[in-house]
Amino acid sequence: MYIYILKRIFSLVPVLFVVSIVAFLLIYLTPGDPVSVMLGQEATAEQIEALREQMGFNDPLYLQYFHWLINVLQGNLGDSYFMHMPVTTAIVEHLGPTLSIAVLAELIAILIALPVGILAAKHRGSLMDQFVMGFTLTGMAIPSFLFGLILMLVLGVKLGWLPVAGYQPLSTGFWNYLQYLLMPGLALGIIQSALIARMTRSSMLEVLNADFIKTARSKGVKERSIIYVHALRNALLPIITVVGQTFGLLLAGAVVIETIFNIPGIGQLVLNSIQSRDYAVIQGVILMVAFFYVIINLVIDLLYMLIDPRVGY
Amino acid sequence: MEQPLLEINNLKTHFKTERGRVTAVDGISFSVEKGEILGVVGESGCGKSVTAQSILRLFDEKYTASYEGEIKLQGENLLQLSKAEMEKIRGNEVSMIFQDPLSSLNPVFTIGYQLMETIRIHQNRTKKQARQMAIDLLRMTGIPSPEKRVSEYPHQLSGGMRQRVMIAMALACKPKLLIADEPTTALDVTIQAQILDLMLELNEELGMAVVFITHDLGVVAEVCTRVVVMYLGQVVEEANVEELFTTPLHPYTKGLMKAIPQMDGDRSQKLNVIGGTVPALNAIPSGCRFASRCEFANDLCKEKAPDLQVHEGNHKVRCWHYAEISNKEAARHA
Ligand SMILES: Nc1ncnc2c1ncn2[C@@H]1O[C@H](COP(=O)(O)OP(=O)(O)OP(=O)(O)O)[C@@H](O)[C@H]1O
Ligand SMILES: [Mg+2]
Repeated sequence: MYIYILKRIFSLVPVLFVVSIVAFLLIYLTPGDPVSVMLGQEATAEQIEALREQMGFNDPLYLQYFHWLINVLQGNLGDSYFMHMPVTTAIVEHLGPTLSIAVLAELIAILIALPVGILAAKHRGSLMDQFVMGFTLTGMAIPSFLFGLILMLVLGVKLGWLPVAGYQPLSTGFWNYLQYLLMPGLALGIIQSALIARMTRSSMLEVLNADFIKTARSKGVKERSIIYVHALRNALLPIITVVGQTFGLLLAGAVVIETIFNIPGIGQLVLNSIQSRDYAVIQGVILMVAFFYVIINLVIDLLYMLIDPRVGY
Repeated sequence: MEQPLLEINNLKTHFKTERGRVTAVDGISFSVEKGEILGVVGESGCGKSVTAQSILRLFDEKYTASYEGEIKLQGENLLQLSKAEMEKIRGNEVSMIFQDPLSSLNPVFTIGYQLMETIRIHQNRTKKQARQMAIDLLRMTGIPSPEKRVSEYPHQLSGGMRQRVMIAMALACKPKLLIADEPTTALDVTIQAQILDLMLELNEELGMAVVFITHDLGVVAEVCTRVVVMYLGQVVEEANVEELFTTPLHPYTKGLMKAIPQMDGDRSQKLNVIGGTVPALNAIPSGCRFASRCEFANDLCKEKAPDLQVHEGNHKVRCWHYAEISNKEAARHA
């Protein structure tokens, strides 16, 4: 089992390696010279050349990559030319709000989707099931930013229950922190729950048809434990996969939602960096996103192993 | 006469499907005496499994299935019990083993968990006691090193072992009746024989009655005392096992008998399979259900459905012409 875990971890190395090359090369594929942008329009050719030499831009490509990689591995992603701070610091500062929104949205999504999906599967074909199916279909068709705007209008502007926009860090108190996140979290989470609910329903339906469910029933197991013990544990694998895969989407969604709710997250960071061609930051964000994907996949794999004894042998 | 253990009267099982309502079991009656092994045979799709699962009311009654008739267990009609009362019968007084041992055990729980679950639902035992019982049951069903197996998962066991686990689970509460739905079909021949021996042994030791479902007449001859022959959701013949083999009355039963490959027969001769196809459940003929495949069928057969009638003692048959047919055949052989 430990061997399996180690294997999984090592299999991630090549993925990260490829991503790092892509992130590195990105700078060379985008038009515009960072050095001339940095020095402004009045810079002379000599000044530009001197800075290029100083920053190592004249070294062979592989050498540049190598230097860069060593730094990255030490957690040094370079400095932001425009914010005058290390990229790592900039990312960490902006990551809090984005991650908070994504995690809150995921929690909301799971809390809605699991019971709804299970109920729909249990009463397949009933009116309630049809309602759930229709509702989730609508949910998947609505973009989350639109839903966010509607929430903002209703809960924020009309009813005044929640602050319309903005962000307060956790250090200002939990409720203060939460109330600013609630609307973006709901906007993303409810939309997200549609997909997970549908997956839960279909996964549960499939498992409920399995022979071992008949066996459990024939032993006298109560209907409730048939659903929540025998079926759910088996149905969980595909559900976890969707949750994991869509967590990446949630992060992307959070970036959009941040703009609407004016939250200083990764979205803002990326937008500002693109506008100012702050390559080191863009690179850093790409690496971070890739790293998150990889970690999420690893967590999914490990959860699989916990839930299904057949995995890992 | 003593009350039979199980008495099924005119049982009908209907299913709601996309193409309308079908009646998969249509007026079945038979009874099982204490301690006996009753065989139920018939071609694939004739409703054996539906009958078996109807006895324990395993189908979803809220949305898909509905039952009619009577299923009396020691005089008590199971079809009138509440959900909770039914749960107390399942696995306790009547238990069941299924056709495919590979998919009948829950893959994410250990063998021990699944055995202990059955024990602890019906009996007031501590975890420790239940675990010891589980180990004893595994040993009784012939599983080597049960102390080790008890904490293994189904995928770590072979098909034959898994069927033994299923049997152990079914026997956990010493039921009065075991319904075995083709318990050996998915296993290879040697394992098949071992499982059959085990079931016979347990039937003798525990005095537990068995409804043995199979489409293998050879197995029936080996283990059963009485046989019910099914065709398209109905009983077409019922008899003691010797009688059924020596004097089968229904043309369908005769066809089944001829379909058994003979060890001493001519090997090059083609296996006698009953010609024609079984009508679909939503296109059941109004006359005799077997008429379209029966060489003796006439207008009466096509118009009117025969009832199950007593031939002699407990030998029953559902055919208009069984007497003439037997005479004709006797004359042909003479
Ligand atoms: N849940 C269900 N809904 C609708 N029809 C069903 C359902 N279960 C079984 N049937 C139908 O009932 C008929 C009898 O099926 P059953 O499984 O009892 O056959 P069987 O005699 O056990 O066959 P086999 O030897 O292949 O196991 C089949 O035509 C089948 O399609
Ligand atoms: Mg069957």
